[in-house]
Amino acid sequence: MNGFSFRRFLAVLRKEWIQVRRDPFTLRMIIALPVMQLFLFGYAINADPKHLPTGLLAVDHSKYERTLVAALKNTGYYDIRPLASEAEAERGLADGELLFVVNIPPNFDRSVDRGEQPSVLMDADATDPSAIGNAAAALAGLVSALDRDVPQAIQSSPAKAPFQFQLHARYNPEQLTVLNIVPGLICIVLTMSTLFVTTLAITRETERGTMENLLAMPVRPIEVMLAKVVPYIAIGYAQVVIIIAIAVVVFGLPVRGSVPLLTFVLGIFIASNLALGITFSTIARNQMQAIQMAQFTLLPSFLLSGFMFPFKGMPIWAQWAGEVIPMTHALRIVRGMLLKGNGFAEIAPDLWPIGAFTLVVAVIATWSYRVTLD
Amino acid sequence: MTAAIDVRDLHKRYGERRVVDGLTLSVAEGEICGFLGANGSGKTTTIRMLCGLVKPDGGGGTCLGMDIIRDAPRIRLQIGYMTQRFSFYEDLTVTENLDFVAAVYEIANRREAVKAIIARMGLADRADQLAGQLSGGWKQRLALAACVLHKPKLLLLDEPTAGVDAKARREFWDLIHDMAADGLTVLVSTHYMDEAERCGRIVYLSDGKLVVQGTPDEVARDSKLVTFRATGTDLDLVARALRTLPGVESAAVFGSALHIAGMDRAALERATGSLGGGLVWHEVPPQLEDVLIHLLSQPGKAAA
Ligand SMILES: Nc1ncnc2c1ncn2[C@@H]1O[C@H](COP(=O)(O)OP(=O)(O)OP(=O)(O)O)[C@@H](O)[C@H]1O
Ligand SMILES: [Mg+2]
Repeated sequence: MNGFSFRRFLAVLRKEWIQVRRDPFTLRMIIALPVMQLFLFGYAINADPKHLPTGLLAVDHSKYERTLVAALKNTGYYDIRPLASEAEAERGLADGELLFVVNIPPNFDRSVDRGEQPSVLMDADATDPSAIGNAAAALAGLVSALDRDVPQAIQSSPAKAPFQFQLHARYNPEQLTVLNIVPGLICIVLTMSTLFVTTLAITRETERGTMENLLAMPVRPIEVMLAKVVPYIAIGYAQVVIIIAIAVVVFGLPVRGSVPLLTFVLGIFIASNLALGITFSTIARNQMQAIQMAQFTLLPSFLLSGFMFPFKGMPIWAQWAGEVIPMTHALRIVRGMLLKGNGFAEIAPDLWPIGAFTLVVAVIATWSYRVTLD
Repeated sequence: MTAAIDVRDLHKRYGERRVVDGLTLSVAEGEICGFLGANGSGKTTTIRMLCGLVKPDGGGGTCLGMDIIRDAPRIRLQIGYMTQRFSFYEDLTVTENLDFVAAVYEIANRREAVKAIIARMGLADRADQLAGQLSGGWKQRLALAACVLHKPKLLLLDEPTAGVDAKARREFWDLIHDMAADGLTVLVSTHYMDEAERCGRIVYLSDGKLVVQGTPDEVARDSKLVTFRATGTDLDLVARALRTLPGVESAAVFGSALHIAGMDRAALERATGSLGGGLVWHEVPPQLEDVLIHLLSQPGKAAA
């Protein structure tokens, strides 16, 4: 009875696996859920986020530049801060710190005055097209921003604007919403299947009366919990494969990052959900309570993680709340890895919060597992 | 003789209700001890305390020489606990359930052990049936098979024969006696009189307190219950009339015989004299059943 017994763990695992197999409804749901969601709500999300973080690259600090920056700010879509270098701009876009970078070319004022129609390059992080869509659309109205300042001769006419914007959609050039949805969907589906199913794992034993027997037998809590969790890790990965395969084949999703690293990260994300599910399962007295607890966490995961609404467009308090949620970080990592080809260095800042969350919750789960019927 | 179960002064409260209230119990090794009492008298709760599933609020003791509070995990290895409610996996077959139990107890030669117990319990025809599809009696057999699989030294059986037919019950008890002969100790709760009579000793609980204990004969003799018996016809009408008279605690018809019982001999004699009509009454030694019904009908105030 002392310590962890691998044989007892295997015994419970075998039993769990038989039970999973005997439940065709759940199995079908596990396959159908990701497929349905991918096709159904892949296109449905729309939002109008404002105050998006924007970097400014400029060498001259000229008069027209100031006017233009003021005009950008006035749209309400752009929060502008100056950047020191191209490198800083690249890093900002890759980390998701910046959604836009405005490049004002050298000698901008002179080019405008000469009527050369210089281009202002806007780099945009298009991984989440809905986040930048309206902001980018607002650019069209800004070409007349300099009208009051420039010489009469070259004031904007339909034929000839003093300068033009050139939007450069990065990472997701066609701005396909579905490419942004896929990473989010991977996280949502994993949460639904792993969190909900494990949430029911222990309450089901309690409700069916089998808990009394299980407790009377020489199995340790850790063996039971692990064995209940492992089948769903396998199922979770199966779902990821289904989603990515469909997204690649049907929607042309690029997979730019390392697949082994992605697998590892998703493993940690799955673990965070399982730990949470098992904790709910030990705290809840019946399946109804367990489901309510799971729903209670699912909603913030949907709303505050950046899945439904672009993260940078949320109020600060909501962003803070969102930072606690594993899905927020998982979403950033998966988006970054699939669409931007991010590597370990870029994802590390989002990886440790998931790990820390998992650890804390796992400790709570072990504490709250009741070894008596009281 | 050493005691397989030796607990003193066990207490358990749920809210304001004292479910087990100062219970002291000792069961000798190799003994079959019947655990009786009305619904809600605390039998299941006591059994759960013995195997560490419920923590007593007060008192303590030993099971197989191990402390019921500190050594619960070690006790579990050596006892077989059959729950009152069927608690095996309905979506697993008989064999799969037994295999699971065998694996959790880390039994050597698991497959052979499972095969052997299936044969011994006569479960062979149903080995591949889902447990949820078994009839009540077969579920009980599966549960018993599962709790003796690891060759425990002590069996705690909570109403093992509820819903089981007479023949199966007989076989069940033959099996229990068989195992007791090999030195197994059994504590078995039941509501059946014939089963109580097959126990070496019975313990009667009322409101969480031990009220009576001893061999079935002792319990019957020591009850000081007076029982009269008469034979005749139209006994049901007589019984109904007798029940209304003072001093008659129970009046029951068994085929062509009528039993009445009470503590007050004079009152009983008056009752039979006034209403007995053409019946001839004989005093008979009290049956265990009469005694238990007597105990059941006066919760709390029964004398020890
Ligand atoms: N977990 C619990 N929470 C609250 N009350 C409980 C709990 N378990 C048992 N009780 C109460 O304790 C009392 C004794 O219950 P117990 O199950 O021990 O009786 P029992 O003698 O086994 O009855 P039965 O013959 O019906 O099986 C009952 O009144 C019951 O309602
Ligand atoms: Mg009971």
